[in-house]
Amino acid sequence: MASVATEPLQQLLRVAFPDATELAVVDRTGGGDHFQVTVASPRFEGLSLVDQHRLVYDALAAPLSDGTIHELRIKTKGTA
Amino acid sequence: MTLRDQISEIIETQPVALFMKGTPSFAACGNSQRALTALRTAGAPVTAVDILPDPRFRQELSALSGWPTIPQVFVKGELVGGADIVEELAATGELERKLAEALGEGFGDAREERVIPLAAA
Repeated sequence: MASVATEPLQQLLRVAFPDATELAVVDRTGGGDHFQVTVASPRFEGLSLVDQHRLVYDALAAPLSDGTIHELRIKTKGTA
Repeated sequence: MTLRDQISEIIETQPVALFMKGTPSFAACGNSQRALTALRTAGAPVTAVDILPDPRFRQELSALSGWPTIPQVFVKGELVGGADIVEELAATGELERKLAEALGEGFGDAREERVIPLAAA
């Protein structure tokens, strides 16, 4: 469910992964700084999990560095 | 030795390096605990480094690895990932395969856990 906390992150991920077949951001604690992100995208095909997660970190670099995101859990999936 | 060199040396020389918040006997963060548990379940020899004593420890580590979050797990110098990846690899059995490939089939014999402190220069 979109919220004030998750919507900006959703937006960043939609821009970074326009071809995502699944894209979800969950505020895990309701506190607006612990998030679970799930992205399924053809871009992940053939990449190691480290490189898949790096793409997500890149997309969320700003909220990660300014402290908006205190804790981030990532689940990435290919679409094959 | 500079902080950067200390961190590099640990990554390059330790079979399995876990940079975490706290220590194995008292993890100060749920994600560090998740990574540690996954490594223990796979039978990995764990060399833990607590990044909490000085904020520069984490800054230098992330600058070196290009990975923004803690924990970070390295096997034979290669970044394997953070808690989510290590947990996922452990669940599928791939973590054990990776450890056996990098460290040899007898990687679990030692069952060693140690802590290496970083010294702020």
